[in-house]
Amino acid sequence: MMPQTQQAATGAEPYITPDGRKIGGVLMDLRNITLRFGGVTAIKDISFDIREGEIRAIIGPNGAGKSSMMNVMSGFYVPQEGEVWFRGERRPQMRPYKVARLGLARTFQNIALFDGMSVLDNIMTGRLTMVKSSLLEQALWWGRAEAEENRHREQVEKIIDFLEIQNIRKTPVGRLPYGLKKRVELARALAAEPKLLMLDEPMAGMNVEEKEDMSRFILDVNDEFGTTIALIEHDMGVVMDLSDRVVVMDYGRKIGDGTPDEVRNNQEVIDAYLGVAHD
Amino acid sequence: MDQLLYASEVVVNGLMTGVMYALVALGFVLIYKASGVFNYAQGVLALFAALTLIGIQQGQVPFAHLISAVTGMHLDSFGWTVPSLLAILLTALVMVGLAILIEALVLKHLVGQEPIILFMATIGLAYFLEGLGDLMWGASVKSLDVGLPQGLSETVETMTDSLFGYGFFIDRLDIWATVIAAVLVASLVAFSQYTKQGRAMRAVADDHQAALSVGISLRFIWVMVWSIAGFVALVAGIMWGTKSGVQFSLSLIALKALPVLMLGGFTSIPGAIVGGLIIGVGEKLFEFYIGPMVGGATENWFAYVLALLFLVFRPQGLFGERIIERV
Repeated sequence: MMPQTQQAATGAEPYITPDGRKIGGVLMDLRNITLRFGGVTAIKDISFDIREGEIRAIIGPNGAGKSSMMNVMSGFYVPQEGEVWFRGERRPQMRPYKVARLGLARTFQNIALFDGMSVLDNIMTGRLTMVKSSLLEQALWWGRAEAEENRHREQVEKIIDFLEIQNIRKTPVGRLPYGLKKRVELARALAAEPKLLMLDEPMAGMNVEEKEDMSRFILDVNDEFGTTIALIEHDMGVVMDLSDRVVVMDYGRKIGDGTPDEVRNNQEVIDAYLGVAHD
Repeated sequence: MDQLLYASEVVVNGLMTGVMYALVALGFVLIYKASGVFNYAQGVLALFAALTLIGIQQGQVPFAHLISAVTGMHLDSFGWTVPSLLAILLTALVMVGLAILIEALVLKHLVGQEPIILFMATIGLAYFLEGLGDLMWGASVKSLDVGLPQGLSETVETMTDSLFGYGFFIDRLDIWATVIAAVLVASLVAFSQYTKQGRAMRAVADDHQAALSVGISLRFIWVMVWSIAGFVALVAGIMWGTKSGVQFSLSLIALKALPVLMLGGFTSIPGAIVGGLIIGVGEKLFEFYIGPMVGGATENWFAYVLALLFLVFRPQGLFGERIIERV
């Protein structure tokens, strides 16, 4: 079984994973990305791709450039060199809100939610850009507005049920504990029905139980909605169980790329994580 | 009985004055809600709108003094007059243009800065706009007439006279101001609660990063908010300008909005209305009952004292968002 998975993962042909999920062609392709802040090179000539339907992890020790990579993918940072290809087309340089409208939803390492709004309203913002009825129709609750609002509401309620946050629907987000905030952020990203869901350290700062919950949700999202997921984590253990393929970064370079098993046995990766004496 | 009738007349007049205060306060609330910035320039925005409206109405040549100083040509007037409704529409367009300029020249460069920095920027903007208004339309005192009825409302007088045997004195302009303010507030509330642009506005106010990540353009929202604030300033400018003439002191009505905001809360549109009404009625009643005992002229300070009391006991105002701190 091993050689087969290995071969499928590197080729571009669609394949079926051992647990029966379908992995399609390349969804996002990052080519020779280099990102500098003044004299500091945060990302050094990194290339990798993300395929439709897979869970792709980017791991690495602190300061490896993982979050910078995600910011490049979501348009928050503009790389000095390299190209971002999305769904077979080169993505021109564009503002983050436009990238979001292409179907890329994300969460943040430090949680970016609308603290003054309820959980429900927060999640509804994920669908704001999909609203089609006109300003007047919405203001007067007339014409297409009502039917459309109900449709969006239905979708959002599905996500709320899915992530098991029914009991906090009306709670202002500012009052929630950390773990639940993370879950609400995931819900908002899901509400946008993204083609690519990017999670920046979805499990950072969580206790074991919360981590298990979050892992389950990530797997379920991928399984039930077929959503392609890119996630950043520095906890290697969690990632290995979750992802189909893993990119390993260290000091802005890519030092490994492949299935969890391949990466686990990569000497450079082991060195980066355990530290190695340079003599 | 007479005393009670006088008092109710005072209350009604207070309510109407309150509406005028609320009109000014609204502009502040809108910008504060959308960007967390106290817009010091809101009063000047109203002055600028009123000046522009008069200028367009009377066919004044903008920058006439500047043109004659530079070229020696004396162009005071185009020689036409523009009907009020069209002039209001054109002024609204000018305010949208101004909003675009403010975003492009000021706000865009201050993304992610502390609110205090943005506040300082609005102070600069206030003085700039004041000068621009002078330069464009001249510094003389002008009267504004867009055809709103003014003076004693005879209908109200005869009606109250036949009911209570005492005719209430109510300015027709105040009645119109109330109606217009009610329509304005209803549409603003509907806009910010139910439309996607209104919801996006609230989102931007709360968190820039999060707003970007759900596909909201910050720049579009800022231009939109400043355009709406400019439009509200225009309405306030029309009302106050019709009432007391258009001159520099018009921009000082902003000072009357401050206690209203402290009462109502900086983030609440209904709060601005209720705060305005409380202050309007409060200061008139205080003047009526207590004024004679302390030598009158209490209207100058009553609002501020009331606001101070609120700051002590309910700092977020009547309708403001509770300040929640998680530690």
